[in-house]
Amino acid sequence: MGLLSKKDAQLITDPLADNNPITIQVLGICSALAITAELKASLVMAISVIFVLGIGNVVISLMRNIIPSKIRIIVQLIVVAALVIIVDLVLKAFAYELSKTLSVFVGLIITNCIIMGRFEAFALGNGPWKSFLDGIGNALGYGVILIIVGFFRELFGSGTLFGIPVLGDPIAKTGLYAIGYENNGFMIMPPMALIVVGIIIWIQRTKNKALIED
Amino acid sequence: MGLKSNLHNLKEKYKGTKMAPAFNAIHTFLYLPNETTHNGTHIKAADDLKRTMNTVIMAMIPCLIFGMFNAGYQHNIAFGTGSAISEGLFSSEFWSLDNLIIGAWKILPILIVSYGVGLAIEILFAIIKKHEVEEGYLVTGMLVPLIVPVDIPLWMLAVAVAFGVVIGKEVFGGTGMNILNPALTIRAFLFFAYPTWMSGDKVWVEGAVKQDQLIAAGENLDAISGETILGSLAQNKEVGYSVMDMFFGFIPGSVGETSTLLILLGGLFLIFTKIGSWRIMLSSVIGALVMGLIFNGVVSSGWITETSKFYGLMSTEFWHHLLIGGFAFGTVFMATDPVTASQTNKGKWIYGFLIGFISILIRVFNPAYPEGVMLAILLMNVFAPTIDHYVVQGNVKQRMKRLKAKTA
Repeated sequence: MGLLSKKDAQLITDPLADNNPITIQVLGICSALAITAELKASLVMAISVIFVLGIGNVVISLMRNIIPSKIRIIVQLIVVAALVIIVDLVLKAFAYELSKTLSVFVGLIITNCIIMGRFEAFALGNGPWKSFLDGIGNALGYGVILIIVGFFRELFGSGTLFGIPVLGDPIAKTGLYAIGYENNGFMIMPPMALIVVGIIIWIQRTKNKALIED
Repeated sequence: MGLKSNLHNLKEKYKGTKMAPAFNAIHTFLYLPNETTHNGTHIKAADDLKRTMNTVIMAMIPCLIFGMFNAGYQHNIAFGTGSAISEGLFSSEFWSLDNLIIGAWKILPILIVSYGVGLAIEILFAIIKKHEVEEGYLVTGMLVPLIVPVDIPLWMLAVAVAFGVVIGKEVFGGTGMNILNPALTIRAFLFFAYPTWMSGDKVWVEGAVKQDQLIAAGENLDAISGETILGSLAQNKEVGYSVMDMFFGFIPGSVGETSTLLILLGGLFLIFTKIGSWRIMLSSVIGALVMGLIFNGVVSSGWITETSKFYGLMSTEFWHHLLIGGFAFGTVFMATDPVTASQTNKGKWIYGFLIGFISILIRVFNPAYPEGVMLAILLMNVFAPTIDHYVVQGNVKQRMKRLKAKTA
C-alpha cells in the first residue's frame, strides 16, 4: 500500500478481524443487540460511529497535551456528545423515519464503550493522523459485525434485506412462503442478536486458535 | 450374525479414523459396549448412562402411546367423525384403532425427525471434536415429540432441534455440561420463533390448521377450534372438560403432556428406580399449590372481580393447576433432569419449590404465555448452580461455627 505505511495500515486492518472491538474485546454489545434487527439501521449506526470515532479521535489527539488528566473524561464526553448531537440532528433532518427506529440509540453512542476506550487507550497518546486511522479502523470493525448480524437477523426474521422482500411475500404466499416457510420471530428479538454474535465469535476463534483465552 | 457382525467389522475397519465415533455410536446404541476394563479394582455399578437414559424413555413410552390415541381422538371429535367418551377411562370411543392410526401417522414423523436431526448433529460434533458419541440425546429426542403440538411443521421442528442441540448443549461441551435443558431449549425456540404454531386454538388438533387455510382459500367448511384449557381460562371462557377428563388426559394439548395419570405412573417409576428426584417433584407440587392457594385467596377476598382479565386463571381451583397444561409433565420429566437441576438435597427443595411457584405465577399473570412451566424450569436451570453454591457455603459456615465452638 503506497498511501499508508505498513504500521498505519495495521491500525485499520487489525480491528477488522483479530482485534475486533465486538468479538474480541466484547465492547459496544448493547447497541449491537438493540439495533441490528434491520440491515438499514445497522448500516446507519455503523456510519454514525465511523464519523464520531474518526473525528473524535482526531480532536482528542490534537488536545492531548493541553487536557489536564484529572478532567480528561469530562472533556472526552463533551467531544463525543457534540459529535453525536451533530449525527442526531442530521438524521432527524434527512432520515426522519430511520432516526425514529434508532431512537435513543443514536444518543447512546455517547456511552458506547468503544469510543471512550479508543480515546483513552489511543488518542491520548498518539498523533492526529494515527488516531484518525485507529478511529476509522475500530469503527469499521464495529460496523462489520453490526452489518453481518443485521444481515442474518433481517433475512431470517423478516425475510427482507434493506426492507426489500427477498424470500417472497408472506401474506400473498409467494416464493419460499408458498412451500410453507415462515419468518423466525425469535430472530427479531435481542436475545437472538446475542446468540448470532456468539456464533461469530465461535467461528472466528475456531479459525484462529491464537485468539482463544485460557 | 448379520447386522451385528457387519457393524463390528465396519467398526474395526474405521478404527482410529475420523469416522470411528459414528460407527462406535451406532454399535453401542444397538448392542452393549464391548470395551470393559479387565484388571485393577473398580467400582461396579449396574447403571451406566445408557441404562439411565433408557429407564427415563421407558417411563415416557405410555405418554407417547396415549398421545397417539389422543391426537386421533381430538381430531375425530373436532371434525365430527367421532363421539365423546361415554364410559370413563376404558372407553371404546378413545381406544380405537382408527384414533391410533391418525395419531401415529402424525406423531411418528415428529419422533423420527427429532431423533434423526438430533443424533446426526451429535455424531457430527463427535467426529469434529474427536470424542465418543454420548447418549445424552436419547432422552431429549423422546421428550421433544411429547412437548410439541401435533400439527407442528416438521421443518420447524428440525430447525429447532438443530438450534437446541448446538446452542443449548454442544457449545457448552456436550452431554453433562449443559446449563439449560436441551428439550426445553428446543421448545422455547419454537415458542418464540413460530408463536402461531405453538399457541392458539388450532395447532392442538390434527388437521385444524389445514382446514383453516382451506376456509381462507374460499372453501365452504366449518372452522375447527380445539382450545386448550389454559387458553380458554386465559380468556375468561368456560371450560367444557370435567376434572376426570383432565386427570385421564382426554383434552387437547401438546402430544404427551395431557394425561396426568400416566405422567404420575411414569414419575413413580422414576422415583422407584431412583433416577428422578422425588424431592424436586414433591417440592414443585407444593410450590404450585401454594401459589394457587394465594391466587384463590385473592379471589375469595374480593380484591379482583370477574371483569379482571386475570379472573379466569386466578379463580381456578388451586389443585386444578396440577392437572392442566404441561405442569405435571414438566415437573416429572424436565425439572428432574439431573444435569440441569440442583445437585444438593437442600438445593433440590428450593429449586423445585420455585419451579412450581413461578410456573403458576407466569401462567396467571402472562396470558400470552399460558405455559409457564417451560419458562419457570429454564429460569431455575440458570439459577440451579447459584442455589447449590449458597447451600454448600451455608454448610461450610455451620461447620466453621461448630469448629470454633469446639476449639474455643
